[in-house]
Amino acid sequence: MTDFQNVSLPGPTITPISQPFWDSLKQGAFTLQRCNICEGWIFYPRAHCPHCFSQSLRWEEASGRGRLKTWSIVHRPGNPAWQKLAPYAVGVVELEEGPSILTHILSDTHQFDYLQKVKVNMITTGDQPLPFFEVYS
Amino acid sequence: MSAAIVGIGELTPVRYSEGKTTLSLIAESVIAALNDAGLEKEDIDGLLVGPQVGETPQHVPATVSEYLGIEPVMSNTVDLGGATGPGMVWRAAAAIQMGMCDTVVCVLANKNEKGEVLKSPNRNPIREFDVPFGASGANTSYALLKRLHMEQYGSTQEDFAKIAYRARENAQLNPKAIFHGKPNSVEDILQSPMIADPLHLLEIVMPVAGGAAVIVTSEKKATAAKHKPVFLKGAGEKITHRAVSQAPDSLPFDYSIPRALKQAKVNIEDMDLLSLYDCYTSVVATQLESAGLCAPGKFGDFVRDHSFAPDGEYPLNTHGGQLGFGQADLAGGMSHVVEAVLQLRGEAEGRQIPHATNALVTGNGATLSETTALILGGTP
Repeated sequence: MTDFQNVSLPGPTITPISQPFWDSLKQGAFTLQRCNICEGWIFYPRAHCPHCFSQSLRWEEASGRGRLKTWSIVHRPGNPAWQKLAPYAVGVVELEEGPSILTHILSDTHQFDYLQKVKVNMITTGDQPLPFFEVYS
Repeated sequence: MSAAIVGIGELTPVRYSEGKTTLSLIAESVIAALNDAGLEKEDIDGLLVGPQVGETPQHVPATVSEYLGIEPVMSNTVDLGGATGPGMVWRAAAAIQMGMCDTVVCVLANKNEKGEVLKSPNRNPIREFDVPFGASGANTSYALLKRLHMEQYGSTQEDFAKIAYRARENAQLNPKAIFHGKPNSVEDILQSPMIADPLHLLEIVMPVAGGAAVIVTSEKKATAAKHKPVFLKGAGEKITHRAVSQAPDSLPFDYSIPRALKQAKVNIEDMDLLSLYDCYTSVVATQLESAGLCAPGKFGDFVRDHSFAPDGEYPLNTHGGQLGFGQADLAGGMSHVVEAVLQLRGEAEGRQIPHATNALVTGNGATLSETTALILGGTP
């Protein structure tokens, strides 16, 4: 498995709005925003609901499970910091709750199937755990 | 004049914006103006925004649209310093008068953080939620879009490679093209290195230096112009998202191309030239489907059966496209306009399409997010 500890990778540019998302990952929880009016799940974090424009949101723990919608095996990363780890896989995961997330897909084989089941596997780079995903059956 | 201001939303100034981002302040302002107007989120179909120093250097309308959760059919960044606000108002009216949209939100906001502020040119959602996972830059995004098409429809590597192959065939007819004298076979393209699997090096535009400008004038002045004028007969635009993970199922070309044809009162079969934005092979693929030249997922049949040549049934990117011509950053998109003008003037020399009178020109930005389509014609 890839060693993410001994490379210096660009971390998230956390904002006051997204802070609770990143903080909860440190507690081992994958939480998303949810609208108090339309009950829609929201990702990435915002100050309003992009589904109905309500400004009443709460944080709620999500399943951390979803399906792999698309993926790419990156050989030449856009950011040179990642070159040492190439080739590696990134993908778009459609979460069980509805929203989609771009994420790193942990895999030794780089063989995937469309809509394959994936779940969160927290990986820490720097001092911030990131919600990477991996295949499960 | 036939446009009016019907809603206002203004936040109370505070010295420091604790707990906010520029994007969240934009959302607050927009919601306040909508409430004042008594309109719904769905009523907004136009968006004018200002530059966002320190958060989003480029693709501002797409970033704001995605954040808000709207899909405007006219959008722009207005960058006129302190004149931006009033400058937005008449531009909104102009867009409404042209029939591009009905209701435009013009919004400007700025955060003001206390103390040491992290200075970075890029502190927006795509920087926060894509880059830390290993996805930076357009190649990865377009690889993800290509993979999705392959999985959903069973399109093949050969189908995509054929698009670059045909574009570079046309480049052999254009001495200005960077690939002039350097044709590629389908095999060359498939053998070129994987940059972001399933995307090969030769499916990606070559970055070059260059530039392009066009002059637009009134119909009245155009009739007295030195060259045969080329008229704008219709336009369509739609912006839906910024990051590939936030792309809707129906990509915005599904709206902008048919809308341009409809405004010009023409059919896709009336086009003598398809001048389609082609930063990657997959971008042409999706447009052939959005334009209705083939069924969704079936672009492979189209590119197998039709060459892109000037004397073919569907001349497409006769200048070589950006895949054959080269991409001088944003000027690459203008090359599709310039080629259409040359063809409609009858000045395309060794690659002239016989009797060219109508052209479809398209542009695409970010990750198939920002799309514009134009119908250009030799008659008003």
